[in-house]
Amino acid sequence: MSSSWDVIVDALPVLAQGSVVTLKITVISLFFALLIGLLFGLMSTSRSKILRGIATAYVDFLRGTPLLVQIFFIYFGLPPVLDIKIPETTAGILALSLNAGAYLAEIFRGGILSIDKGQMEAARSLGLTHGKAMRLVILPQAVRRMIPAFVNQFIVTLKDTSLLTVIGIRELMNSGEIIISSNFRSFEIWAVVAVFYFLMIYILSLLSRSLERRFAK
Amino acid sequence: MKKLMFAVVSGLLALTVSACGTGTDQAASTSGQSGATKYVFGTDATYPPFEFEKDGKYVGIDIDLINAIAKEEGFEVEIKPMDFKGIIPAVQAKQLDGAIAGISINDKRKEILDFSEPYYQAGLSLVVREDNTTINGEADLAGKTIAIKKGTTGATFADELGKKYGATVKYFDDSPSMFQEVQNGNADVTIEDYPVISYKIAVDPASKLKIVGDRLNGDHYGIAVLKGNKDLQDKLNSGLKKLKENGKYDEIINTYLNTKK
Repeated sequence: MSSSWDVIVDALPVLAQGSVVTLKITVISLFFALLIGLLFGLMSTSRSKILRGIATAYVDFLRGTPLLVQIFFIYFGLPPVLDIKIPETTAGILALSLNAGAYLAEIFRGGILSIDKGQMEAARSLGLTHGKAMRLVILPQAVRRMIPAFVNQFIVTLKDTSLLTVIGIRELMNSGEIIISSNFRSFEIWAVVAVFYFLMIYILSLLSRSLERRFAK
Repeated sequence: MKKLMFAVVSGLLALTVSACGTGTDQAASTSGQSGATKYVFGTDATYPPFEFEKDGKYVGIDIDLINAIAKEEGFEVEIKPMDFKGIIPAVQAKQLDGAIAGISINDKRKEILDFSEPYYQAGLSLVVREDNTTINGEADLAGKTIAIKKGTTGATFADELGKKYGATVKYFDDSPSMFQEVQNGNADVTIEDYPVISYKIAVDPASKLKIVGDRLNGDHYGIAVLKGNKDLQDKLNSGLKKLKENGKYDEIINTYLNTKK
């Protein structure tokens, strides 16, 4: 049997590649999730009953079903019924965006509601439209309060990408499993995989903390 | 629920007994009532006709075989279903005493596990969608996508083919996923053990899959045990021998496959 060191060195390039895929999928998914979250967050704080209803239904449904089920549903379930082909990366990003979007919608809603009602009233009495007041007065204040929750969701989504191994996306988790299934060295490989996830998230946390300090000024 | 509690409690008890008992480092634990030795075997419950779930019970060639061997040799069996890729690591980690899951015997696995005598010759086949006419053999794989199950001999084979012909390999956790992948057209081909895929096509005409070309190799299945567990290995071999002699082996195979091997 080869030494642990050799096993790890052999695995590093493949795991590094997997980490890049993990990061890419996380960033793209979160970009779309932010748009979805902002849209549904605004809808859920709007005065229209219909818009509020749609937003609530979206959040309840996406939050009320496991992400793994959503991934399987989109990738294996939909294509034969709709007679379309969804590449695995597209399906993965779609599932993660829709899922994280639901949580972000709640974060947006909470952030917007946390801003005192008087702010909106003051902005409106200065002659701003509801939309302008939201964009110029409410959201800038709300977003600042939301940063810790955003970072949290960022970390959760990054870890959730590991579920995409089930549809054959060669991200970090999948890469680890493939290596172990041929060399049977669970200890070394899972240790390195854990370190890789940790490093990605740790660096993200450092970035977000400096971001938080900049915004707090 | 009660049953589960009982299983958990008796399992814990058995562990305690074996831990403070004789002190021999055996993975097998002794259950109180019958005094028979109990072994835990891992399996991949999504692999018909070798192991699958029917009416809430695990059935299949492997399941019947291990139960019959246990009966002949006087030990108890507990079946533990899991992803195929996790089975060999679980035996290695002593979470299982052994595994019967259509496991092909090969040199790499022999380094870390011991195997019973071979009990079935399987062999790999290329599988494509019914309407696929471009792939008729391994030479047609250039630029194609192969869906495969992690940790299988098929996966090792797919890796080699991928390198040789420039094909992409995608790894899945279980057979249903990789079949679905080909059915959905996201992969061009999958590689599966011949008896498994021919059974699948026979019982599920809606699967839209077909076998192309000849069998790619002649792998033999064996029952895996923890390295050095000579005691269990001997029991399995002696049980297999008895079943082959008394006709029970053929009976089990014929229940699930109509071809005699």
